This record gives sequence, structure tokens and C-alpha cells, in this order.
Amino acid sequence: MNKVTNNKAWWLVLPVFILVAFSALIPLMTVVNYSVQDIFGPNNAYFVGTDWFREVLRDDRLQDSLIRQFVFSGAVLLIQIPLGIGVALMMPTSGKKASLCLILLAIPLLIPWNVVGTIWQIFGRGDIGLFGWGLNELGMDYNYTASTADAWATVLLMDVWHWTPLVALLCYSGLRAIPEAFYQAAEIDRASKWAVFRYIQLPRLKSVLVIAVLLRFMDSFMIYTEPFVLTGGGPGSSTTFLSQTLTTMAIGQFDIGRAAAFSLIYFLIVLLVSWLFFTAITHLDKQK
Amino acid sequence: MTMSKRKGFGITVYILFVLAPIYWLLNMSFKTNQEILSSLTLWPETFTLANYATIFTDPSWYSGYINSMIYVSINVVITLVVALPAAYAFSRYKFVGDKHLFFWLLSNRMAPPAVFLLPFFQLYSSIGLFDTHIAVALAHCLFNVPLAVWILEGFISGVPREYDEMAYIDGYSFPKFFIKIFIPMIRSGIGVTAFFAFMFSWVELLLARTLTSVDAQPIGAIMTRTVGASGIDWGVLSAAGVLTIIPGLLVIWFVRNHVATGFALGRV
Repeated sequence: MNKVTNNKAWWLVLPVFILVAFSALIPLMTVVNYSVQDIFGPNNAYFVGTDWFREVLRDDRLQDSLIRQFVFSGAVLLIQIPLGIGVALMMPTSGKKASLCLILLAIPLLIPWNVVGTIWQIFGRGDIGLFGWGLNELGMDYNYTASTADAWATVLLMDVWHWTPLVALLCYSGLRAIPEAFYQAAEIDRASKWAVFRYIQLPRLKSVLVIAVLLRFMDSFMIYTEPFVLTGGGPGSSTTFLSQTLTTMAIGQFDIGRAAAFSLIYFLIVLLVSWLFFTAITHLDKQK
Repeated sequence: MTMSKRKGFGITVYILFVLAPIYWLLNMSFKTNQEILSSLTLWPETFTLANYATIFTDPSWYSGYINSMIYVSINVVITLVVALPAAYAFSRYKFVGDKHLFFWLLSNRMAPPAVFLLPFFQLYSSIGLFDTHIAVALAHCLFNVPLAVWILEGFISGVPREYDEMAYIDGYSFPKFFIKIFIPMIRSGIGVTAFFAFMFSWVELLLARTLTSVDAQPIGAIMTRTVGASGIDWGVLSAAGVLTIIPGLLVIWFVRNHVATGFALGRV
């Protein structure tokens, strides 16, 4: 659609601008302010330049949690995107069954994140949880509070349970938008199931998939509440992700300068990766 | 047909996977703690509503649900009111700095809430809004407004601009056109946006917990009190969890007919 140039449109954007500036710019400036000072108390702060940034970049604990975070987000995308597409393809296409599937699938999305953690905390326990008890009965030595591998598996399984429905629902609505004529043409050509998926469904899902990847990347990269409730970051610090490390530093240890410098680096990483996705989206839109 | 049978089997298995943990939570919420800890039963043997009674008779429990509902509602209203005109502007007009502004807005959806914890706490304390519903609602705008603008922009771009021009020729003023003609046209988009705003505000806890202490405390924060000196009160914890699922279920029920098209966020 060709747009009209009209600078008065700023008036329509102004409320959003003011609101977001208030709730984003002021706090962000505060963070920037903290990140370059060493604060001992009111009126007792020293300008330290980029010292905090240098220290944070050398901090082993942060590097470890950054690596963990990338592994986690990577695993989340690799599992949830294909699984979500698969679930969307399996869903009934119309009727009461389809509505029922949609409603049931959407339930995990609307459960508060701490409750998601609680649900899996209970479900995975060997003594009172069906899942943990079941695995132990099958002879597996499963204990998510003691074993790193089990903790990772449980956190990943929880996230798959929690968020795959979002990918599935996005893909489902993408699939519904494909005209029936496409499938009829494919049938005349005697296209195989795989060919239909590869050359008709997948290309038409491109734009929703970019949205899905973007949302899943951002949210998995900021994950805090669910693993905090489930494992508390343990055993040791094996499931401590970036947000938890940051929160401990800022609120727990009140190490403000370092936490602020770390915040900015954290934010920049998310921005950078998301910017890559954003350019991908606009690029796709232009191609159409 | 074997293919459709296989599909039906696959989706059934997946839905069972979705429901199993919820079934377990529901099961636990009707048990006494004694039964929970003594043996693993697939169905409550001594069925009890005591866990729910604890929550419904104690104001410090159920006020958590009310607080959460209040700030979520305020947030949804604010989000829609500011995002609608902005989305219209982004969809219809070119103006100075529009692309930068759009990306800056979206970049706030990418800001980890943990980054803003401390500054938010200080900001809202300094203007006297700490422990109020409006503080949490405003804080949640940080990620909901950008998302709402983005979703609505997609829906609005799907409406041909000839409608706007026709209304203009018919002598409608902009506000009248916007409220009387335009908003009804994109109501499914608004429904979907409200759904997403509700969802992300209802499920968030980190900011909501940091910005409140007593009067506006969300249910998620109150749930931590089930951890006592004598261990965790599993029954009440489960009942409280089950009750947090219900508002979500109601909302899904209302938007169920828009979900299929709406989840593509107007972008297919």
C-alpha cells in the first residue's frame, strides 16, 4: 500500500510515544547513569567510566550464564518450531473438533508463569508427581533437583509444553489462509505429501514463522520465573539463566553498577539478534 | 483413511501431553495434604474442598485475584486506547522518523523485564505510585503497547484505504470516522490484540511482584506464602494454581472464533 506523507500523523503516535518514553526511556537512562558510576550512598557516587563494563565482560559467572542462555534459546527454537509446525499440520481443519483443539492448546499460554513453574515442580517430583514417579517406576533414576541433566530436560520439557502451542496456533492460522485451489492444483499434479508441504505450505507459512521465531527467541532469552520456581537455578547454577543472574546481582547483592552495565549488554544482545529478524521480516514483505 | 487417523492419533497424544500436568494439578487440589504425601493416587480418595475454602474465605488470599484482574484490565484498556491511533498512523501515513519510531517501540518488547526492575521500583516509588494497580498496569505497557501497535498495524493495513477516503468525502470528521466506522471494521483485530495484552499482563510476575507490597499484590506473589516452616502446603498451592487458570480459559472461550484467523496477527 502506498502511504501518504503527512507529518500530522505524529499527533496520533504521540500518546504511545509519551507513554513508552515514560516507562522505557526514564528507566533506561537510570540504568545508563548507574552503569558509569560507583555508588556508595546518596551524594556519594564516583564516575568510573567503562570500568563496570570491562569487569562484567570478564566475569566468568556471567559468561557461563550467557552461554547457557544461548544453548537454551537455541534448543527451544530447534524443538518448538518443527514441533509447532507438526502439531498445526495434524490439527483438524474445521468444525467443533477444531475449536476444541484450539482452546485446549491455548491453555498453557494463559497460565501465569510462576504457576507453570509450580505445575512442573509438582508434576516432576519423584514422591508426589505423576511424571517423576512414573519415570522412577520405569527404573529411571530421575531427579530434577539433584541431576543437572534431569534439571535441563525438565526445564526444556516445561518450556516446550508452555510455548509450543503459540507456534502451533500461529502456523495453524497461516495454514488456514492457504486457498483450497492450491491443494487442488497439487492433487492434479499428483504431488506427494512432502511436495505439498515443501512447495505450498512451508512457503506460505514463512511470514508467521518469522513472527514465531522472533517471539520465541525474545521470550526464551528473557526467561526468569519458570525455571526460578522449578529449579531455583540449580542444581548448583546449572539452570541459572541471564535474567536470574541479573536479578540476583541487582536486587539480591545490590551490586548496582555491575548490574546496570550487565543490563545494557543484555539488552543490546537481544536488540541485535531481534534486529536481524526484523530486517528479515521487512525483506520478506518487500518480496511479495 | 489411514493418513487422517494417524493425524488424529498424533494430535490426541499432543493434547494429552498438554493436559496431563494440568490434570495432576487439579487432582492434587482436591486432596488433603495427608493423602498427597502418603500415597500417589490418580483420583482423590478423600475428596475435599478445604483447599479452595482456605482461599475463598481469606481476603488476603482472594484479594490477590482481584488485584491481578484490576491491573490487567487497566492495562488492556490503556494499551488499546493509545495503540489504536498509533497503529492507524503507522499503517496509513509516512512521517518524519516513522521507521525509527516503529523499531524503537518494538525494541521495548525486547527489553528483558529484569533490566528494568530496579529503575521501575525507584521511578514508581518517587512519584508515589508504588503498590498501586496503576503502577503495574503502566509497567506492563512497556511490552504490551509495542506488541499491540504491531498487531493492529497488520490488521489495519488489511483494510483498503478507499474506506477512509469515502468517509472523508461523506463529510465524516476524523474522530467520528475512526470511532463509528473504522473501529467496528477491525473488531476482530481489536479482540486479538486485547487477548494478547491480557495474556502477557496476566502471566507476568517479575515486575508485578516488584512494584507491589500489600494493596496491589498479584496472586502469583501471594502463592509463595504456601511455603511455611512446616514445608509446602501442596493442596492449597494446587488450588490457587487451578484458580489462576480459570480467567485465561474464559478469555480463550470469548475469542475462540477469532483465534484461527487472528493468531496470524493480520499478516498472512
